[in-house]
Amino acid sequence: MAVLEMPELTALAPPMILALTALVLFTYDSINPRSTNRPVIAGVAAVGSLASLAVAVWFILAGVGTPVAEGGNGVFDLFEGQLIVDQMALFFMIIVGVVTALVSIASYDYLRDHAYQAEYYSLVLLAATGMSTMAASNSLVTIFISLELASLPSFALVAILKSNRGSVEAGLKYFLIGALSSAIFVYGISLVYGATGHMQLDAIADNLGAAEEMNGLLGIGVLMLIGGFAYKTASVPFHFWAPEAYEGAPAPIAAFLSSASKAAGFVIAFRVFTTAFPLDVMQTLGIDWSLVFIVLAIVTMTVGNFAAATQNNVKRMLAYSSVGHAGYALIGLAGLTVDGGELVLGAAMMHLLVYGFMNTGAFLFVALAEYWGVGRTFEDYNGLSKQAPIACVALAVFMFSLAGIPPFGGFWSKYFLFTGALEAASANPWLLAVAAALVINSALSLYYYSRLVKAVWIEDPVLERESLSQPTGLYAAIVVAAVMTVLILPGFGPVADAAIGAAGAIIP
Amino acid sequence: MMIEALIAVALVGALVTFVAPNRIAGKLAFVISLVPVAISLWMFAVFDGSGNALLDGTLAFESQMEWIQLGDYAITWFVGIDGISLPLVVLTTILVSLAIMSSWTPIDMRESQFYGLVLFIEANLIGVFVALDFFLWFIFWEAVLIPMYLLIGIWGGPRRKYAAIKFFVYTNVASLVMFGSFIALVFALGDGVSSFALPEITAAMLNGGPESFAGIGSGTLTSLVFVAMFLGFAVKVPVVPFHTWLPDAHVEAPTPASVLLAGVLLKMGTYALLRFNFTMFPDQVSQFVVPIAAIAVISVIYGAMLALAQTDLKRIVAYSSVSSMGYVILGLVAYTQFGIGGATFQMVSHGLISGLMFMAVGVIYNATHTRMVTDMSGMADKMPIAVGVLIAGAFGYMGLPLMSGFAAEYFIFFGAFGSEASTYMPLFTGLAMFGIVIVAGYLLFAMQRTLFGPFRLETDYEIRRAPLHDIAPMFVLLGLIIALGVAPELIFEMITDAVDPIVDLAEFGGDA
Repeated sequence: MAVLEMPELTALAPPMILALTALVLFTYDSINPRSTNRPVIAGVAAVGSLASLAVAVWFILAGVGTPVAEGGNGVFDLFEGQLIVDQMALFFMIIVGVVTALVSIASYDYLRDHAYQAEYYSLVLLAATGMSTMAASNSLVTIFISLELASLPSFALVAILKSNRGSVEAGLKYFLIGALSSAIFVYGISLVYGATGHMQLDAIADNLGAAEEMNGLLGIGVLMLIGGFAYKTASVPFHFWAPEAYEGAPAPIAAFLSSASKAAGFVIAFRVFTTAFPLDVMQTLGIDWSLVFIVLAIVTMTVGNFAAATQNNVKRMLAYSSVGHAGYALIGLAGLTVDGGELVLGAAMMHLLVYGFMNTGAFLFVALAEYWGVGRTFEDYNGLSKQAPIACVALAVFMFSLAGIPPFGGFWSKYFLFTGALEAASANPWLLAVAAALVINSALSLYYYSRLVKAVWIEDPVLERESLSQPTGLYAAIVVAAVMTVLILPGFGPVADAAIGAAGAIIP
Repeated sequence: MMIEALIAVALVGALVTFVAPNRIAGKLAFVISLVPVAISLWMFAVFDGSGNALLDGTLAFESQMEWIQLGDYAITWFVGIDGISLPLVVLTTILVSLAIMSSWTPIDMRESQFYGLVLFIEANLIGVFVALDFFLWFIFWEAVLIPMYLLIGIWGGPRRKYAAIKFFVYTNVASLVMFGSFIALVFALGDGVSSFALPEITAAMLNGGPESFAGIGSGTLTSLVFVAMFLGFAVKVPVVPFHTWLPDAHVEAPTPASVLLAGVLLKMGTYALLRFNFTMFPDQVSQFVVPIAAIAVISVIYGAMLALAQTDLKRIVAYSSVSSMGYVILGLVAYTQFGIGGATFQMVSHGLISGLMFMAVGVIYNATHTRMVTDMSGMADKMPIAVGVLIAGAFGYMGLPLMSGFAAEYFIFFGAFGSEASTYMPLFTGLAMFGIVIVAGYLLFAMQRTLFGPFRLETDYEIRRAPLHDIAPMFVLLGLIIALGVAPELIFEMITDAVDPIVDLAEFGGDA
């Protein structure tokens, strides 16, 4: 690996490019308000997000964030440890970049009759900036600020279809629950600060010993932080906003929130719990957070799956499925043990990456269906493959991959989660229950995923349709997502190495 | 790199066909499918492997490269061919080509998607027979399900939705059981294995087997895994009582899909049984020989009796597959050269014969739009050539000498009768032989009623002779059936070469 010579601040290039693109769009909008020159606006957004993605990929390949001992460039530590660019930060910046690029390209067609073009894309890019910064945040302060930077534009984006009651209602619900959970999160931060006297994650870890007399306070603080993460990742017990918000939001925004925002929520959870609250120290204080995550993982995946199985509305089904997948990714934290657990944490990161392709693709298919105006329920989708075979092949790929069936990417990441949980089971037998829940839920999930495949491929349409158009942007985004979901299977070696390496680097 | 070329041609061909215009898709897919036929025949001609792939044999066309390193285990792209897999690969490529040609008449909607899926199945079927890494193998194994589900679900008969989902659920649940138990076994083998390569796992199994895992003792664990994997594969084969998905799937599937289902997909189950259960667990085989042989005999007799009770020609052929697969299990459990070798030979032979039967029934259905025995009679007057081929195929099924069915059944009975796996083996073999009588009974009975006698069928159109492209594939199959019947050593030599190392594993030698 070549060692890059570069100033420290450039390590933050991926989020900075996103922010810059948002500012360019704002400038364009102030010069030329109410512009509906969609090619320029969507093009700038797509180029910006792709540039951010490309830089992040280049960094990870060039060894930025890889420890010097392994021939890399070393971890970039900025503003006295407030922000940190390591392999895990870059890995999640890639996920955010991928999803943002896909969503920007797909929105080109989706927003064809929309009045607020530049506003929409700049809000998407601002939210992406927040998520990308969350990946690098290494202090409770920067975490909170970047979290809010990601959340506030999201509220506006969910409600951006101003004349659509569903969209506005979803935006309000999302905002109210978001505000509540932010309050809980901040309160948690203040309790942790009160117990340890620090905000920076490494400093918190160093001062945990001082908290021995206040471990009750610290415990409640940790619990409240978990509540904040649960909201951001759409996990139980703060998952109930997800179906409402996704259903009302424009479908590309639902794709954006359920993939990128969820991944960003997980990266801060991974970092906070591995860096600030090492399990061995916390167990001596009597605060064993891995038990909380074991329960949350099992409950979240089960609730998500059973709720998804009963839906008739495709978007709601996907929303609950995204709750279920949050449960799978939570295994990454549940499986951490005193002995380590880089395999299981890396597996959760891989799952979030694969999920970034397959889930975004699935929601973008819904966006395509909304673009066509075919309706929202499974029955409305019946027989779509006759008019749009290529998009329906992509949908089948997404569904079988989400269900974890080979030969798609979702099979690998679920299998790695399974082995990771089994490996950890030797240290903590409860993980056997997690592994079993993962297998059973995956098997059950095939029921509702295959229902959608059956609808588009096997059922006959209820009403005869005219032939459907093929919007270039949406099609391109869906096909790229499907191709990546398949290609990631043969190319999983480097992904697995990067994820497990990144996980190994942050586990103390 | 020839194996990679074989799979790549089918995969790329599937993509090309999928986006080709419907008008030319059938012809295009046929031309593309001739390339794998040519490659596999060339492989057959220059095959230089020896021994068994899992037991230190010399592999032909071997290639291996690292794929993913996961914790302590490496997952590799590892493919190779031995005397057991080569006949099955050739069978697959030929049968796919012929199935494509035989679908030109019946498939009249969404052709490009249909032929694309058929080629996609071909790629994965070849993969199942050549993969020597468990993960690679499992990916191919599972990837067969999705296109077959769609083939049945979109182009199938009136109850296609039910049949498709039943097929999918049965085989997928079985795969999960098998997958989970095998992974548990690999973990339990501990430091003995460092990859998922099947030869390495086999070696570790034969050198002591697993340690205790998750509180289950070594011996119990091995037996549990053996039973779980047997059940997992038994659904795919299928044996009684896991056979109920088969008649539904076969009957509702369009003719070419039935040909592939009976011809190749069922062989995946028996092939996997041979590779996993009967190669890696010789001790457990001798432990469970009586129940397995009993299952085999029940499948033979009960499957044949079920066929006897049907009035739908396609159902008759479908149930007779259950019966034929019972013979394969009987041959495997005998654990002799002729038993296992005959079972492998029967896989190929049954693939050809059942493919022929399904095609012939399909051709008659194309003309008459009925398959009910009670609806028609005297078809021989109207479609002499198709009926002639159907009769020839039926005699192959019954085991007429000089046809491959006779050789296969003779090998199996010879091997099973002399087997020392259990003192009851001659009894089981004797019982299974009655299956032949019933087979002859139902096939002759059905044909006598439908094909001969005065012509009687209510149609408002003239029944014409079948076109050449419907008849030609059947003649190719008939030629192969007779060739293997006259000269079984064409493939039997390479089969026994690969089977002998397995037979040597048994404590009760394999002299028969």
